[in-house]
Amino acid sequence: MREIKIFIVVAFFTGVLYWGVEPFAHTQLHPHVESPDYTFDDVKGLDGTKGDAKAGAEIVAANCTACHSIEAVGFPPLMDDATSAASYGVVPPDLGSSGKIYDANYLAAFIKDPASAAKTQHKYTDGAVHPMPSYNWMQPQEIADIVAYLQSIAPKEMTNKEVYQDACQRCHSIKYGDFYGGSMAAKSDVSKYMGKTPPDLSQFIRSRSKNYLHEFINDPQKHLEGTAMPRVGLTLDAETQAIAYLEEVGDSKKAQRESLGGPFLAYLVIFAIFAWLWKTKIWRQVH
Amino acid sequence: MAEIKESFFSAEGLEKRLNGKKFWKTMMTEYWIPKDINFLWAMGVVLATTFMILIVSGIFLLMYYKPDTALAFDSVNYTIMQDVAYGWLFRHMHGVAASVIFLIIYIHMFTGIYYGSYKKGREMIWISGMLLFVTFSAAGFSGYMLPWGQMSYWAAAVITNLFAGGSLEAYGLVEWIRGGFAVGDATLTRFFMLHVFLLPIVIIKLIVVHFYTLRIPHVNNQSAEDIDYDAEAEKYLAGNKKESKVIPFWPVFLSKDFAVLGLFFIFYFYLVFFNYNFAMDPVNFDPANPMVTPAHIYPEWYFLWSYETLRGPFFDMFGMKAGDIGLMIFGLAQGIFVVFPFLDRDPDILPAHKRPKFFIWFWLLIIDLLVLSIYGKLPPTGANAWVGFYATAAFLLLWASLPFITKSDAKARGAL
Repeated sequence: MREIKIFIVVAFFTGVLYWGVEPFAHTQLHPHVESPDYTFDDVKGLDGTKGDAKAGAEIVAANCTACHSIEAVGFPPLMDDATSAASYGVVPPDLGSSGKIYDANYLAAFIKDPASAAKTQHKYTDGAVHPMPSYNWMQPQEIADIVAYLQSIAPKEMTNKEVYQDACQRCHSIKYGDFYGGSMAAKSDVSKYMGKTPPDLSQFIRSRSKNYLHEFINDPQKHLEGTAMPRVGLTLDAETQAIAYLEEVGDSKKAQRESLGGPFLAYLVIFAIFAWLWKTKIWRQVH
Repeated sequence: MAEIKESFFSAEGLEKRLNGKKFWKTMMTEYWIPKDINFLWAMGVVLATTFMILIVSGIFLLMYYKPDTALAFDSVNYTIMQDVAYGWLFRHMHGVAASVIFLIIYIHMFTGIYYGSYKKGREMIWISGMLLFVTFSAAGFSGYMLPWGQMSYWAAAVITNLFAGGSLEAYGLVEWIRGGFAVGDATLTRFFMLHVFLLPIVIIKLIVVHFYTLRIPHVNNQSAEDIDYDAEAEKYLAGNKKESKVIPFWPVFLSKDFAVLGLFFIFYFYLVFFNYNFAMDPVNFDPANPMVTPAHIYPEWYFLWSYETLRGPFFDMFGMKAGDIGLMIFGLAQGIFVVFPFLDRDPDILPAHKRPKFFIWFWLLIIDLLVLSIYGKLPPTGANAWVGFYATAAFLLLWASLPFITKSDAKARGAL
């Protein structure tokens, strides 16, 4: 069985080469980071405080709707996107879904001090300030009430695309989401205050692994220290939905690829069997 | 010219005009191949088939690809990958075949080295094969540029810059190759031309030459036995198929090739559907951006060993700059395999296991190329840089010792 021995030698060296330039190289090129943390314990958010949605409604009307729209409960945006982007540097998000897509603990910490919750203090030096002011003068109970109110008005279900639009699209375009219509452009040009235009996310599902996306979105500083991208505090569910949208857009043929692969290989196995049988028949005449 | 009276519209008339039966005999049923072979002898047909896959999938890609820096990335990643029916399949087939064909080329090449199929009349096969390797490398490199991703751009920038020749500072040459001061639209369009026109034509011609050069000295066999083809063919045709040491190309040799192809296809299409990132680097799914250098720049796996000889000497030596020494070794690495038949001083054709010192040399070379390939992808810092340095030194020593080692084997055998 010399042929089998030769095959083992060839397969062994091919395997070592593959291991070296793929899995091994990737462990060296992409250092391991800690797993994502969806409790956001590092910031003191709610700290166990229970909020009251009713009280929260009044606080939100008095403090938040001057800049933020909440269309679902009758607070329309006061300016169009272009004007508000020009005034604030970024379009303030509609708060309708905030209670669903952001972790409650994170949301409370963010209201208190946006830059430190987002881990972007390094971008606000020399007098630059985060577009949203800190509400650290509020009582913890009031902040908890706001969070409770936002949770009470949030939709129960959202599509992957809606999550993407609320969580990512204010800064990131994803042009393959609507290649010919152009509706998936970033809502505001944040290049001035971010330092550069955040990348288009159309192919991020191919250029970054799912695991990397989870680690990165959960805490961008872990993989890219000093990046302007804020930690946005998505819940695991919201993050999974946002990544699912990246996959729907960037790898839209995945289902077709995976369902075609099996039958294709099965056909080739049949071909290989018949080819070997034919070869055996022919070679019997000469051996 | 002998006049042909049979009608053009009859089978007999066509046969008279084309001489198809004679042609079929010469090329197929009476083209004699040794019987004492193993599956490694099927790699030629596997390569020809993979090249056909590249051509056919390439034609489909060519219908939608746009060689323009503003359009290239989206034409590949949106139009072909998401919009066109089964465009993704053709791209995956093309990208994976381009990578796998190098694996088969290396197996084919080292089979030739192991069994001594490059000397004593077979030099032309070896040289035409190495020319094919060089043109395939150029085709791989130019094709990698076309999706205009980050790795396309930066690999193009790094590799075209090599033509400056280090301290020679031949920047006029680099600009001439790029069509500008930096890699840009002109570079993309000319590499597109090379990839879809000039290089495929050269490859097809070289394949014809490669087959032709093989015809006269005949295919080598597992024990490198010198076969009297006329006598053995006569035996075969007389019906002594079992005693004859030869088999016809069709159907005997090709039946084995098809069997091997069957297994190869399973392997190849498994990669196409389920494991393609090794051939389609994720970094290249970021659009080219001259303002942002990727954290790590590395070539495709099949260039890594020679790339590492470029980086190996990382400090100045012998009054020369590290970069210049690297460039010289890199240049040597590109050409050294071509002169293999002339570095081997052993007058006999024998498989490596019958040449004790050469046998060790062969496996040391394989191991050294593996080390160079693996470290060629890693950042050249700390211990990695030293591994690269010593592996490059070992590479040079191996080649320098080849004439002596082969001579010594021959002397021990009493052949010299």
